[in-house]
Amino acid sequence: MTTKETVLDILESITGSDEVKEVLDMDLYDEGILDSLGTVQLLVELENQLDVTVPVSEFDRSDWGTPQQIIDQVVSLQG
Amino acid sequence: MSQWLSAFPFLTPYEKPFYFVILGILLLPSIFASLKGKRLGGYQAFLTLFFLWMSFGGPHRQQGFALIAYVVWQLLIAASYVRYRQTANRGSWFYLSIFLSLLPMILIKVLPLYTETQPLLYFLGYSYLTFKSVQVIMEIRDGLIKELRLRDYIQFLIFFPTISSGPIDRFRRFTAELHQPPSSEKYVELLGKGIHYIIIGCLYKFIIGYVLGSQLLPIIQDKAVNQGFLFLGSLGYMYTYSFYLFFDFAGYSLFAVGVSYLLGHETPINFNKPFISANIKEFWNRWHMSLSFWFRDYVYMRLMFTLIKKKVFKSRIVASNVGYFALFLIMGVWHGLTWYYIVYGLFHASLICLTDAWIRFKKKHKEKIPSNMATKGLSIFLTFHAVCFSLLIFSGYFDTLLKLFFTYNI
Repeated sequence: MTTKETVLDILESITGSDEVKEVLDMDLYDEGILDSLGTVQLLVELENQLDVTVPVSEFDRSDWGTPQQIIDQVVSLQG
Repeated sequence: MSQWLSAFPFLTPYEKPFYFVILGILLLPSIFASLKGKRLGGYQAFLTLFFLWMSFGGPHRQQGFALIAYVVWQLLIAASYVRYRQTANRGSWFYLSIFLSLLPMILIKVLPLYTETQPLLYFLGYSYLTFKSVQVIMEIRDGLIKELRLRDYIQFLIFFPTISSGPIDRFRRFTAELHQPPSSEKYVELLGKGIHYIIIGCLYKFIIGYVLGSQLLPIIQDKAVNQGFLFLGSLGYMYTYSFYLFFDFAGYSLFAVGVSYLLGHETPINFNKPFISANIKEFWNRWHMSLSFWFRDYVYMRLMFTLIKKKVFKSRIVASNVGYFALFLIMGVWHGLTWYYIVYGLFHASLICLTDAWIRFKKKHKEKIPSNMATKGLSIFLTFHAVCFSLLIFSGYFDTLLKLFFTYNI
């Protein structure tokens, strides 16, 4: 499975919405799909499934706001 | 010289319109440089020292000494921790550093419980500086701050426009601006906004806040407490106090942000129409934002991360609710070691947990629950009243009532 697919699966399971897989430039926070708790779950899963560590204080909603941005950030951290 | 000194207007930040007159004149050289896209670092340092002297000198010089001691203390902790962190990363040293960083605030809050006098360590704004200091330790721990230039750290801590009551800025954001001043086009925009904010701030704080707080509130309290209009009077007090608190603090925050803009610093805003929130979570994204975001990022999310990763609770819902109670309990205690601040915190934690439960319920029963203008209006109405009631608790009004009740009955 590619990083992209894994990230999208994680997002889908946390938010319970399949929209996150279709609309990659949707703002997850503005739409109320992701909140602080969801964010923490996301970070924990990224660490468990992809071995990518993102400190909570590194997480800036303007850089991690859409599914595509999250994928890009994870890919760059893996690189 | 001494005569001139005794006539010098020692003022706390934004205390009187005269503060703005001095500010306006002394800011001019910095504004002209910023319009050319430059930052007069040395002159801005002079401005900081001058305005800090104005607020912490003369009759307040005891606080001035306390401020200096506080800054030295925090510098020592941060400098030692950053050096340690370059080679190792043990949790115990992190927690020790956090504790030492919090220590002055703890002492300032706890000592008055045992003595009558104000602790020598006290100075205006100590709790806001503590947010900044603790934040830096946490980001050193996370490896986001690898080197700490002491000059940057001092400037961040004692940035005078926000020293007394925030907004609470972020270290990496602030220092980036310090070294990369806004372009002249960007500054023109900041200048316009900054002046606009200061004017709106005057309207909020010196006119609306003053009328509500100093003129109306005492009259309403008297009606409620002494003239037998307990229910209606209390209701009136609740609305008036809520709006007073908003206009007073939002006004101050506009000053702080506006003056920061004039200095070429985009200090984050603190209020964004909080009373139109449709639920309590939205309210905290709009009310005293720099404080709630601080608690979100440095308390709630960090705690949740540990709780979820270590699977402390089976249910994430339970974990989240524990996180909210921890957050708001700490926020309550931070406001002061008084029963009504703590109840205020617990009240908000309960509201947020209920809101989350309601949101989960709504997600499950999407089709059955109507969502239209009327339900939105109702949500705003309910949120507004829940918030106003919490602010009534916060105001200490019930403390006054209880004390009166007991004095009449003894």
